[in-house]
Amino acid sequence: MSENQGQARPAATEVAGTTAPQTPLLEVADLATYYPVRRGLTERLTRAPKLEVHAVDGVSFRLARGEMMALVGESGCGKTTTAQTILGMVKATSGAIRLNGTDIAQLDERQMRPLRRTLQMIYQDPYESLDPRFRVRESVEEPMLVHGIGGSRAQREQLAVEALERAGLSPARLFLDRFPHELSGGQRQRVAIAAALVLDPDLLLADEPVSMLDVSVRAGVLSLLDTLRRNGDMGILMITHDLSTAARFADRIAVMYLGRIVEHGPASDVVRNPQHPYTKALLSVVPKRDPRERATPQILSGETPNPVNVPAGCRFHPRCPVAEERCKLEDPQLRLPAGATSPAHQAACLLI
Amino acid sequence: MSLLEVSGLHVWFDPPSAAEVHAVQGVSFALDAGERFGLVGESGCGKTTTILALMGLLPPNASAAGEVLLDGQNILAGGEESVQAYRWKDIAMVFQGAMNALNPVKKIGWQIAEPMAYHGVAQGAAARQRAGELLEMVGIPAAAGERYPHEFSGGMRQRAAIAMALACEPKILLADEPTTALDVMVQAQILELLTRLCAELGLALILVTHDLPVVAQVCERAAVMYAGEIVETGSTDALYHTPRHPYTRLLFAATPDLYGQDAVISIPGAPPRLDVAGAGCPFRPRCDVPLPRCVDEHPELRLVEPAHQAACHRNELVGAS
Repeated sequence: MSENQGQARPAATEVAGTTAPQTPLLEVADLATYYPVRRGLTERLTRAPKLEVHAVDGVSFRLARGEMMALVGESGCGKTTTAQTILGMVKATSGAIRLNGTDIAQLDERQMRPLRRTLQMIYQDPYESLDPRFRVRESVEEPMLVHGIGGSRAQREQLAVEALERAGLSPARLFLDRFPHELSGGQRQRVAIAAALVLDPDLLLADEPVSMLDVSVRAGVLSLLDTLRRNGDMGILMITHDLSTAARFADRIAVMYLGRIVEHGPASDVVRNPQHPYTKALLSVVPKRDPRERATPQILSGETPNPVNVPAGCRFHPRCPVAEERCKLEDPQLRLPAGATSPAHQAACLLI
Repeated sequence: MSLLEVSGLHVWFDPPSAAEVHAVQGVSFALDAGERFGLVGESGCGKTTTILALMGLLPPNASAAGEVLLDGQNILAGGEESVQAYRWKDIAMVFQGAMNALNPVKKIGWQIAEPMAYHGVAQGAAARQRAGELLEMVGIPAAAGERYPHEFSGGMRQRAAIAMALACEPKILLADEPTTALDVMVQAQILELLTRLCAELGLALILVTHDLPVVAQVCERAAVMYAGEIVETGSTDALYHTPRHPYTRLLFAATPDLYGQDAVISIPGAPPRLDVAGAGCPFRPRCDVPLPRCVDEHPELRLVEPAHQAACHRNELVGAS
């Protein structure tokens, strides 16, 4: 289990995200997801303006097969809404989500169902995502029943066993008849992963897949995801608040702030050569394992502002330590920063 | 004499219709005024139970034994209820989920003033005045005391919970995973606040967390717990650079580091059950370097170098060679 874990990434993977020759597995273009704010009776009677939460506000990226990309940011930055919109759990307000070239952003429930098989989600909490009354066998076989695959009962069991083995639960037959409460947190998350794998998805969305797990088993689940995407032609979009994990396991990192990607590039470039002031601040506050590396953290005051009233100009300017007058007026777009060492590195800041 | 001396602390849980669980098995450590001490371990290792015992807040089906000396007085002498006289006054605690620790239907300021009245520290206007000062101290405007917890963000609630813990000017602050539910930026703000309060008020801090990097950044010393025992204790620097227990070493190896180059490796297996008394070293089934004697000889916590203790038979081999 210990081979191939969190090794430094080869630089070749950069190309996959930017200039893929064939159709990318996933292409998100200018995606926006707004939620209406519920108005009370008083607001409605006084004709108060309709407010919207700009949860995702113009997000674009590509993900290739065999690639792992991390969407990083603080709570409320829109990373989970982005994943929910891709899954079709939330309707996109505008923009495109192309899966294998087909735009799925505006498909209805019925049109979406056959495609669901190709994109699967792994949730944060395996204590919640597995039905406590289902045996492992039932949890892993249920997706096959829903999608009408597997044929006979024996075939389904065979597929379930294969998926459990791929998810690192070996020998799988020992686990088939267990209930979730008989499993450890790491094993539960592996069952949830197996339930996604039986459908042989092209795209796996993993929302904080290890944050509920004990430190000693996290690496195992992460390296399982790493192995899966390297061996198959699956792409993984990992949503996490943990920059250390993203730096270790993802090829590329996209940092989100208030519904936008503010910096995006190969993981090592984003972590070692950050360009956006928000990324710099975020990296400076990540605690390091070595007590001798106690750097002075660059602590931003306050918390992420309310996405109902997105600041004008650069949305980071009210908290930015280096903001200038023009940052209040002009909304910066992602572009190649002058200080970048990789052509695939982008940041949205007027001052770089 | 240290400010706090815990020696031979044991806690048992007696669940209905199940075997007794020996959750804390002879934990000993000492804490000086103004010191920042980390208690690290994975879920179920007994770290939270240890500090709940110090607070006398164990559930009714738990029983505790051992000695907890606060300024030389054994506060556990009359059973855990005897802690009541010291709770909040000398030892205060910040709980993991600040939302759950605060009363949702009472104003923040009232909640901070309440323990002051209870312990006779201050009453009425004086208590409200002091509540305002405490809020300012943790970085919240005094006027916000008139607000309710739901009007606060997660970070502000945790600050308010810290202000509440400081109401009776305790000497020791116990913080149980104070930043686990918070974002990294807010976590940094809270950790900076705790560090500043220790320096300014001479407060001793016990930081309980599963997060090794947080302890490495905040604490001077730490103890690593496994299966109800302290398996290694020393300076955070020594724990990272020269660990003397395999669990400590493997736990660091399992923790990804922002700039780390080494492989991140999980520890196979799971901690032992605490309802069955086992012989030998509790970590042996997961250890990567076990010795034959680890099967039936329980390793005791011993000094391996000045101010550094570990419970591993391998250290005796080092000493002999």
